[in-house]
Amino acid sequence: MDFSLSLITFIPLAGVLLLLVMPRNNAMLRGTALCVSLVGFIASISLICEFKPIADYQFVENLPWIAAGSFQMNYHVGIDGISLWLVILTTFIMPIAILSTWTAVEERVKEYMICLLLLEVGMLGAFVSLDLFLFYIFWELMLIPMYFIIGIWGGKNRVYAAVKFFIYTMVGSLLMLIAIMYIYFKAGAGDFDITRFYSIGLDPASQTWLFLAFALAFAIKVPMFPLHTWLPDAHTEAPTAGSVILAAVLLKMGTYGFVRFAMPLFPDATARFTPLIATLAVIGIVYASLVAMVQEDVKKLVAYSSVAHLGFVMIGLFALNQQGIAGGMLQMINHGISTGALFLIVGFIYERRHTRLITDFGGLSKQMPIFATIFMIVTFSSIGLPGTNGFVGEFLVLLGGFESGLRTWTIIASSGVILSAVYMLWMFQRVMFGELTNPKNQVLKDLNAREIVIMAPLIVMIFVMGIYPTPFIDKMNPSIDRLIVQMKQKQVAHVVAPVTAPGRAGIPAGYPELPSGHPAGEAK
Amino acid sequence: MFDNVWLIPLLPLIGFLVNGLFGKKIKNEAVIGGIGTLAIFGSFLVSCGILIQMIGTSPEHRVFEKVIFPWIHSGNFKADMAFLVDPLSVVMIMVVTGVGSLIHLYSIGYMHGEEGFYRFFAYLNLFCMSMLLLVLGNNLLVMFIGWEGVGLCSYLLIGYYFHKKSAGDAAKKAFVMNRVGDFGFLVGLFTLYWWLGSNQNIWTINFMELKQASHLLPYGGVVTVATLCFFVGATGKSAQIPLFTWLPDAMEGPTPVSALIHAATMVTAGVYMIGRMSFIFIKSPDTMMVIAVVGAATAIFAATIGTAQNDIKRVLAYSTVSQLGFMFLAMGTGAFAAGIFHLMTHAFFKACLFLGSGSVIHAMHYALHHAHSHDDAQDMRNMGGLRKAMPITFITFLVSTIAIAGIPGFSGFFSKDEILWQAFSNPYHGGLNMILWGIGAVAACFTAFYMFRLVFMTFYGDCRIQPKAKSHLHESPLVITIPLMVLGFLAAVGGYIGLPKLIGELFGGIPNYFELWLDPVFELAQEYGHTYAQVGGHHNVALEWGLMGGSVVIALVGITIAFTMYIKNTELPGKFTSTFPALHRAVYNKWYIDELYDFLFVNPCKAFGNFLWKGFDVLVVDGIVNGVAAVVKGWSGAFRYTATGYVHNYAFVMAAGTMAILGYYIFR
Repeated sequence: MDFSLSLITFIPLAGVLLLLVMPRNNAMLRGTALCVSLVGFIASISLICEFKPIADYQFVENLPWIAAGSFQMNYHVGIDGISLWLVILTTFIMPIAILSTWTAVEERVKEYMICLLLLEVGMLGAFVSLDLFLFYIFWELMLIPMYFIIGIWGGKNRVYAAVKFFIYTMVGSLLMLIAIMYIYFKAGAGDFDITRFYSIGLDPASQTWLFLAFALAFAIKVPMFPLHTWLPDAHTEAPTAGSVILAAVLLKMGTYGFVRFAMPLFPDATARFTPLIATLAVIGIVYASLVAMVQEDVKKLVAYSSVAHLGFVMIGLFALNQQGIAGGMLQMINHGISTGALFLIVGFIYERRHTRLITDFGGLSKQMPIFATIFMIVTFSSIGLPGTNGFVGEFLVLLGGFESGLRTWTIIASSGVILSAVYMLWMFQRVMFGELTNPKNQVLKDLNAREIVIMAPLIVMIFVMGIYPTPFIDKMNPSIDRLIVQMKQKQVAHVVAPVTAPGRAGIPAGYPELPSGHPAGEAK
Repeated sequence: MFDNVWLIPLLPLIGFLVNGLFGKKIKNEAVIGGIGTLAIFGSFLVSCGILIQMIGTSPEHRVFEKVIFPWIHSGNFKADMAFLVDPLSVVMIMVVTGVGSLIHLYSIGYMHGEEGFYRFFAYLNLFCMSMLLLVLGNNLLVMFIGWEGVGLCSYLLIGYYFHKKSAGDAAKKAFVMNRVGDFGFLVGLFTLYWWLGSNQNIWTINFMELKQASHLLPYGGVVTVATLCFFVGATGKSAQIPLFTWLPDAMEGPTPVSALIHAATMVTAGVYMIGRMSFIFIKSPDTMMVIAVVGAATAIFAATIGTAQNDIKRVLAYSTVSQLGFMFLAMGTGAFAAGIFHLMTHAFFKACLFLGSGSVIHAMHYALHHAHSHDDAQDMRNMGGLRKAMPITFITFLVSTIAIAGIPGFSGFFSKDEILWQAFSNPYHGGLNMILWGIGAVAACFTAFYMFRLVFMTFYGDCRIQPKAKSHLHESPLVITIPLMVLGFLAAVGGYIGLPKLIGELFGGIPNYFELWLDPVFELAQEYGHTYAQVGGHHNVALEWGLMGGSVVIALVGITIAFTMYIKNTELPGKFTSTFPALHRAVYNKWYIDELYDFLFVNPCKAFGNFLWKGFDVLVVDGIVNGVAAVVKGWSGAFRYTATGYVHNYAFVMAAGTMAILGYYIFR
C-alpha cells in the first residue's frame, strides 16, 4: 500500500509535535512551521506527478480502525481528480499563509503555528477521506483551530466573530452527523465507506431529508445566501493567515462536500433541489456583489466578493455536466488563489497603516508601485479577465450552466461579470488612484522581499492557470465524467422505477429536465 | 510567411514584458521607446509579408489556420490558442500594426519627459498584442481574450494619469461599460454554441467551422437572439447607443492613446466582429435592421453633440462615435465590405486628426507653460491662427478634415459615399432605406460642419492665445510630424484602393480592389442575404451619380455654414446660443445622458446595495442569528471564559471533546 497520502496529511501533525517541545523562540518557531509546510507541499507535488488521469481513487489506503460491535470505521483515504487539486491547493497555500504571519503575529507564536498546522491536518484529512466518519472527524477537527485563530489572534470584535463562526458551523455539522448515522443504519452492517453508500438506493423521501441535512452543513460552509453572514465577520476579524486559509481552503469544504457527498449520495434529491440551490446561488452572486460594492472596509468587500464567487462554483456544480463541474472545480482553486492573494494584499496595507477603511487610502500607486502592480493583477484575476485564472473557471461554469437546465439562472449569474468589475475597480480606484493626500500614506514603504516572495507563487499561478489550464482540466475530467454518469444512471433508474414516481412528482412544475445538456458519456 | 503569424502578437508581447519588467531600470527614453516601436514595427513587417503572400495566393485559398497550443478543452468544448489568416484579418492586422507603429513612433516625442514613460510603452505594446489576438483569433474565445484584453489596456491607459480623479473615473467607466457589452458577447456565444450543439450536434466556436455549419442555422429565431447579444457586445466596445458615453470621457488618456485605441483600432472591434460573423448576422433580418438603425442613430446623435464641444479632443471623440455609427450603418445594410473600408480609411484620417490635435495640445501646453498661464491647452477658445506656427500639423490636419468631410478625391469620400449609397439601395430594409440614407446624409453634413468648425477655430482667425505665450508656439519635432505626414498622405489617397464601380468604369473599368479582396469573406453572407432580399432594389446609375453629387453638396453645405459662423461672421455662434439657450445647453451637456444613467442605474444600484447590506444582512439575517445567540448566552459566556489563551487549556478541551464524541458513538 502506498502511504503517501497519510504522509502528506500528517506531516503537519509531526510539525505540531515538534513545535510543542520547542523553546519559545519566535524566529525558530516560524522557521520550523514554514519548513514543515514546505515539506508538505513538496511531498504533495509527487501526487501530481504520479496521478493517472483515470476515474478511480488513487493512493488508496484502507485500514480497519475502530471496530465497536456492529460499528466499523476504517481509515480509508484516497484521492481522485476532484480532490487532487484541492489537496494541492491546501499544501500550496499553507507555506504562503505561514510566511505572511512573520511580522503580523508577535504574541503566542507557538500556539498560532500549532493551530495553523493542526488546521492543515484537518483540511487535508477532510479532502482525502473516503470514509464518511473519518471525514466527519477531520471536518470537526478544522473547526477548532480556526475558532481559536479568530478568537485569539483576531481583531477588536474577535470573540463575537469566532462564536458566530462556531455556532453557524456547528449547527450544520450536527445535522450532518445525524444524517451520516441515518445513512449508516439504512445501509446495513458494514463500514462508513462512501463508495458503499453511493450504491445504496435510498428512497426519494429519505433522500430529501438527508440531502437537506448535508446541504445545510455544506451551504453554511460555502457560504450560500442567506447563511453567509458569519463570513464577513469571521474574515474581518481573523488575522491575515486565518482569512487566507478560510477563503482559500475552508470555504471549499462546502463546495467539495456537495460534489463529493451530497450530490452523488442523493441524486434524486439533488435533481429536485437544483432549482432552489441555483436560485440561492444566483441571489448570492447578485446580492453579494451589490453589498460588496458599498462596503467601506476593504476586507469586508473581499469577503462579500467570496460569496459571489462561490455562487458561481455552485451554479457550475449543479449544472451537472462536464463543463459546469470542471468550471466549478477550477473556480474553487482560482478563488483560493485570487481571494487568498487579495486577503494577503489587505494584510500588507493593514500591517502598515492599521486600518482597512477605503477612505483612509488613495493614491497608493505612486508610493507603492510594486504593490500596485501585484494588486492590479490580482484584482483583474478576481474580475475574471481572460488570460488570468479567474476567466477559465467562470467561463466554463457559465457555459456549462447555459447548456444545462439552468439557462435562465446562468444568464442572471452572467451579470455578475459586470458587477464584479464595478465593485473591484471602484475599490481599486479609491485605494490606489487619486492624489496621495493623507500624510500617513506618504511614508508608506513598498513591499519588501518577503512579501514579494509570498505573492510571487500566487501571481505565477494566476497566469499559468489562465493561459494553460489544460493539465488541470485533463486530470479532473475522468472523475467528473464518472460522477455525471453515476448520477444520471441513478436518476434515470428512479424515474423508470414506478415505485419512486411520487417522489419525482414533487418536482415543481416548469422545472426543466436536468440536465438537458449533452450527456457526459458523449464527451470526447 | 503564413506560418509565422504567431510572431505578430508575440513581438508586442515581448516588448510589453521587456518594458514592463525592466523599463524602470532602463530609464533611457530612446531605448524604451525604441523597443516598443520596433516590437510593433516588426509585427508590421511580418504582416506585410503575409499580405504579399496572400496577394500571390488564389482567392479561394486565402484561408489559413494555425494552432499554437490547446487552451481550454472540456468535454466537447474546445478552444485552442489558434489564429486565422484570411483577407479580413489581413486588412485588420495591416491597419493595427501600421497605424500602431506610427503612433508608437509619435509617442516617443509626445510622451517625452513623462514620469511613467516605460509604463506607457509597456501598456501600448500590451494593447497591440491584445488587439492582434482579437483580429487574428480563429475562434470566439481567442477573440474574447483580445476583446477583454484591449478593454484592460484601455482602462490602464485612460487611467494613465491616475492621480487625477477624472482619469480614474473615466477608466473605470470605460471598463464597466465594456463589461456590460462583454456580458452580451458571452451570452451570445453561449446561445450560439448551445443551439448548434444541442440541435445539430456541432459543438464549436471556431469561425471556419461555424461558417461551414451556418447553413444549418435558421433565419431569425435563435439567430436573432444570439446576434443581438453579440451586438450588445459591439455597442460596448464600439461606443454605440446606448453604451457610448465612456468614449468621450476616455479622452482623459494621453492623446496617442486616443488616436490608437479610441479612434483607429479598439473601437472598431465591434465592426470587425460583425464582419467576422457576417454569415450569422445576415441570417437575422431583425438584427440587421437593429444594427442599421442604431448605427444611423448614433451617427447623427453624436454628430449633434460634436457641434457644441469646445475641447478639441472631445469634438474628435464625438466624431469617432459618429463615424463608428456610419460603419454600423454599413454592416446593418449588408454592406460589409463598405463598413470595413470605412473602418480602414477612418483609421487613417482619424488617427491623423487625433495626432494632429495632440501636436497642437503639445505646442499649446508648452507655450502656456512658459507663459505661466493656467489656460486650458485643449480648449479651442484659447487657440486660433495656429496654421502659421504649425504648418505641417495644419496641412495634415486639413487633409484629414477634408477626407472625413467627404470631399471627392479623398479617402473618406469613397468609403462614406459607398455607405450612404448602400443605405439607400440595399435590398433588406425596404422603406426604411430612405430614412437611413436621410439620417446618414444629415449626419454627414454635421460632420463637415463640426470638423471645419474645429479647423477654423484652431488654425484660422485671430490667435486667441495669451500674447505672452504666443512667441513660444512652435511646430512639433520630426518624430511627431513624420507620423502625421504619413497618415495625412494615407488619408488623402487611401481611398483609391476601393474606387466605387461607377468611377472605376469612367477610368476604363478599374475594379473596386478592396471589395474584391474581401469578397471571399463576405460571399456566403451575401448568398444568405439574397434568399430574403427584396428583388429589384434601387440600382440605377443615374440615381447613384445623383446621390453621390448630393453627398458632395451636403458636405459643402456643412463647410459653408462653418465658414460663415467661424470665419466670416464670428458673432453668429453667440447669437445662435442666445436665441436657443435651452437647445445649446442640452447639446453642450451631451443631452444629459450621463446624468440620466446615473439616475437610472448608478445611484439605484448603490442605494440598493446599501439597503441589502444594512437592511437585510445586518438587520434580518444577523438579527435572527444574534437572537438565537442571545438565547444561548450562557454558552457564549462560557466560551469567553475558556478563551484564556493557555495552550494546555485548549489542548485539554480539544482532547476531551474528541474523546467525548468518539466515546459517545463507540459505547452507546
